[in-house]
Amino acid sequence: MNKLVSLISGIVFGIGLVISEMINPEKVLGFLDLFGNWDPSLAFVMIGALIVSSPLFHIIKKKEKPIFAENFNYSNNKSINNKLILGSAIFGAGWGLIGLCPGPAISSIALLDIHSITFVIAMFVGFYLVKLINFDN
Amino acid sequence: MNIVNFTPVTATLGGILIGLAVGVLFNGRLVGISGIAANALTEKNNRFDNILFLLGLVIGPILYSLFTKNEINITISNSFILLIFAGLLVGIGTRISGGCTSGHGISGCGRFSLRSIVATITFMIVGILTVLIKNFL
Repeated sequence: MNKLVSLISGIVFGIGLVISEMINPEKVLGFLDLFGNWDPSLAFVMIGALIVSSPLFHIIKKKEKPIFAENFNYSNNKSINNKLILGSAIFGAGWGLIGLCPGPAISSIALLDIHSITFVIAMFVGFYLVKLINFDN
Repeated sequence: MNIVNFTPVTATLGGILIGLAVGVLFNGRLVGISGIAANALTEKNNRFDNILFLLGLVIGPILYSLFTKNEINITISNSFILLIFAGLLVGIGTRISGGCTSGHGISGCGRFSLRSIVATITFMIVGILTVLIKNFL
């Protein structure tokens, strides 16, 4: 059941990225170009997602045990520290350079575009490097 | 600021799908693409579930194309050096801060986690500044 839920969640997420056009880095860069030619669409993607996910989170959290798993498994980390700011800033810089973040980057592998595949490989190297020096959360 | 290419309806629709995917997967499991992708690479726990989710992300756009007969277009014209550099930044940054646009932006903000709200504001500001600087160069 858990496996099927994981696969279907991924598929639905991927289709959401296509319909909202967030799979296209140009669309994301349009949002980040706040002081130029601004495309507010990404804000509406976030609002659409939060309208659905936020009530779901709060309903599910009240249960003793989740439906599809044995126990809850999410971060209880509440600390706002230098690592959070530094990491977010590094991510923001990479995001602004190309317009790809992890979700759309991985989804766009489907289009067999050598540019996004190059980006994804570098991103996984980045994941690995942080793990290697034990600097992750 | 000029508003261009704004697609509020498809953005909200796509966002709702993303919210559903995140909300369902939250049912006991860690949510956030950078976390899922990094764990698929480096952790044995839940590895198969994580890989299935990532596979779903790639299958989503393919299913969308098959059923709607719509072509998905993305435009990336950056040099490979820049793609590798930005991919590394995204991989490293998201692991140091423990989340990306989905993990902090949708899951974290949806749970009203202050840590995630701070992260989201940080990567948004740096992303916007990066595009601003890029446009000047």
